[in-house]
Amino acid sequence: MLTDDDVDYLFQMRFYLEQSGFRVVTAESQKQAEEVLQSTRPDLAIYDLMMETEDSGFILSYKTRRQYPDVPIIIATAVASETGVSFSLNSEQEQKWIKADLYLEKGIRKEQMVKEINKLLNR
Amino acid sequence: MKNLNVLVVDDEPGICSGVKRILKNFTVSYPFMDEDRGFQVYESFTGEEALDFIKQSPPDIVLLDNKLPGIQGTEVLDYINKNNRDIIVMIITSYASLELAVKATDQGAYDFIPKPFTPQELKSAMENVTKNIFLRSMTKRLNKEGKEVRFQFLSVLSHELKSPLNAVEGYLRMMQERQAGEQLSDYQQVVERSLQRIKGMRTLIMDLLDLTKIQSDEKDKQYEQVNLADIARSAIESVNPYAIQKELDIRFHEPDQPVSLYSDPNDMEIVMNNLVSNAVKYNYEGGRVDIHLEGTREGARIRVSDTGIGMNQEETARLFKEFVRIKNEKTKNITGSGLGLSIVKQVIDLYGGDIQVKSEPEKGSTFTVFLPTKEEYNAETTSS
Repeated sequence: MLTDDDVDYLFQMRFYLEQSGFRVVTAESQKQAEEVLQSTRPDLAIYDLMMETEDSGFILSYKTRRQYPDVPIIIATAVASETGVSFSLNSEQEQKWIKADLYLEKGIRKEQMVKEINKLLNR
Repeated sequence: MKNLNVLVVDDEPGICSGVKRILKNFTVSYPFMDEDRGFQVYESFTGEEALDFIKQSPPDIVLLDNKLPGIQGTEVLDYINKNNRDIIVMIITSYASLELAVKATDQGAYDFIPKPFTPQELKSAMENVTKNIFLRSMTKRLNKEGKEVRFQFLSVLSHELKSPLNAVEGYLRMMQERQAGEQLSDYQQVVERSLQRIKGMRTLIMDLLDLTKIQSDEKDKQYEQVNLADIARSAIESVNPYAIQKELDIRFHEPDQPVSLYSDPNDMEIVMNNLVSNAVKYNYEGGRVDIHLEGTREGARIRVSDTGIGMNQEETARLFKEFVRIKNEKTKNITGSGLGLSIVKQVIDLYGGDIQVKSEPEKGSTFTVFLPTKEEYNAETTSS
C-alpha cells in the first residue's frame, strides 16, 4: 500500500512496484489511507510524512500498527536531514514513538526501494 | 495517567460546569505519548481571580472568555504572554466577536473555540492542545540533547523544492531506462507532468524572490506615486490567458478619480498580482472576478472578489501563514507555492495597512486590502 499526496510520486512508484511484481493499492491522503485500511490489510505500507498535516505519516504508522501489528511500515519523505529536521530510527527513543520499520528519503533509487521492501517482507 | 490542569475563566457559571462535565471522563491518547492525558478543571469567574490563580499555580491550559466583568480577557492574555509563556490559551468566544478571537490568536492565544460549543468541539480542541503541549515538551527535550528540531521555514522549503525535483528526476529516469516503451510518444504524459512540476517550482522560486525583496532594506525601496489602476490592469493582463481558458468574467470597476498611493510599485504589484491570480485560480469555470479600487484621504482600498470554491472559517484563519495551502478535494489540482498570501500580508504590514477576508465555501471569497497614505503611516509610527 502506497500513500502520498504527490500524484507523480505515486504514479512512478506504482509503476516501478508493479513492474517488480507487486500489487499496489494507493491513497492520496491520510484520510484516504485510513479508509483503505478499514477494508484492506496490506502486506506492507509505504507512507509519506507530510500530507494533510506535518505528521500524517507518523499518525498513519501508529494507526496501522495498532490495527495490523505485523504489517511492516516504511516512511518515505522529502523532509531532509540537512535542514535540521532529524528524525530517524537510530535512537531507542525515536524507535519508541515512530512506529515504522524504516525511514527513507524519497530521493533513493527505485531499485533500492524494491530491495528494502523485499528485506522487510523477508524475501 | 497524567492530568493536565485546565483553568476556565468565564463569568457564565454554565460554561465552567459544562466544561467540567465534558472533560470529566475524557482522555486524549496521541500516537507518540506513552500515557493518556486526562483533565483537571478549575474555574475563575473574573479576570482578577484568574490572575491570582495563575500566579499561585500556573495551569497547563487556560480557556479564556473574551468578555469578563472586570479586567478583560486580553489583559489576562497579556499577563500570560509576559509571565507564563508555557500556558496554552484558548479563547472562548461568541460567534459575534469571532474577529476579536482571531486577533487574539495573533496576540499569542493558541486558538479559539466559538460559543456555544458542542462537547465534541471542546474535546477535539483539547485533543489538539494536548498534542501541541506534548510536541512542545518533546522539542524542548530534543533541543536539550543538542538536536536541533526546526520544523520551520527551511525544512518545509526544502520539502517543497525537493518534491518537484524528485518527480522530474523520476520521470527522466523512466525515459532513460525506456520503462514505458521505445517511442517518444509513449512518454507524452511523463513529459507533460514534468513540465507541470517545473512550472510549479518556478512559481515557488519567483515567490521566494518576492519574499526576499520585501524583506530587503528600506533603502532599496523606490517610492513614487503609483497609479493603482495601472497595476490592476497589468495584473489582469497577466492572468488573462488562464482566465480565458476557464471562461472567467473579470471585471475591473475603474474608479472615477485616479487612485494613487505613495509606494514602491514592486510592492503594489506583488499585492495585486497575488490577489487577482488567486481569484482566478480558485474560481469555478465560468465564474466571475470583481476588482474594486477606492481612494480616500486616508488611503487606498483594494477589493478583489471571486465566485470560487471559498473556504471555511478554520481555513480562513490559517490563510496568511507561510506554506499554508488549503488542501482538500477541491484544491487538489491547483498548484501554488503556499507563499503568496503570506507575502501579501508582509507587504501590507510593511505599509501599516491591513487585509481582511470574507469567504464562504462554494460561494467565493472577498479580499479587502487597506493601505494608508504615507503621511498617515509616518504619523502613526512616530506617535506609537
